Amino acid sequence: MIRITRKVEFSAAHFYHNPNFSPEENLRLFGKCNNPHGHGHNYTLEVTIAGEPDPTTGMVLDLKELKEILQTEVIDRMDHRHLNYEVPELAGQIPTCENIAALIWKLLLPRITRGQLDRVRLYESPDLFVDCTASNSNHNGARA
Amino acid sequence: MKVSLTRRYRFAASHRLHTPRLSESENQRVYGKCSNPYGHGHNYSVEVTVSGPIDPATGMIANLAQLDPYVETRILEAFDQKYLNEQVPEFAPEKSLVPTTENLCRVIFQRLKGFPLAHLDRVRIEETSNNSFEIEESLDAAA
Ligand SMILES: [Zn+2]
Repeated sequence: MIRITRKVEFSAAHFYHNPNFSPEENLRLFGKCNNPHGHGHNYTLEVTIAGEPDPTTGMVLDLKELKEILQTEVIDRMDHRHLNYEVPELAGQIPTCENIAALIWKLLLPRITRGQLDRVRLYESPDLFVDCTASNSNHNGARA
Repeated sequence: MKVSLTRRYRFAASHRLHTPRLSESENQRVYGKCSNPYGHGHNYSVEVTVSGPIDPATGMIANLAQLDPYVETRILEAFDQKYLNEQVPEFAPEKSLVPTTENLCRVIFQRLKGFPLAHLDRVRIEETSNNSFEIEESLDAAA
């Protein structure tokens, strides 16, 4: 099995607010991220596909194809958007790095028809990232 | 799908790689420059990975408002600007545990694994940009 990874970047705005909580509780939970005017990040997304190279092409999945999938599923949806207002799939959720990464996983899963979606890694900054991995992946613990 | 969150922290510390279990010449041979009696230092970068369910109320596995101070008191305050061989109890001379970054991974994992709000999966340390070390719970008997 071979793993291939494609990296893309996008910029988006967000803030954290749970309408079920009081303003004081929101401020306590989310701190500066609660600022209703929002703030932004340059997100870096790394998508890893695992699989056997096709005997004819030598490829697990053509990276051009993966690039197009990432363009339509992620970049067109999220780049230069306000995640609280402009991404309907995140409605009712706090647009944390965890929830954005989980959404990207869900969006990509049905689109990857060759190889297997192995990992989605989303950096909110160089010092913070979230990994979504397949439950049967050998990332994080069950490494072969 | 499993979700984990990784946060990077930094500290600077000095150490000396030397063990009384080996002779002076063997220490020299094994550790080379790292055995210099006056010690030397690194800017360590530590990645802490935790996993667990995403809390629907906060959208988070673990709130950084809780993880950051937990790491701050147990790791950064204890290790930053310190001489690991003498100022970190796990590496005290009587323990004869050499403060290599392999052993540092285990010490940091032990210090953090009681984090009550998420499960500690992994600690990864970059000692320099060329050398990194990691410990993963399921792969290390000492974790
Ligand atoms: Zn933010």
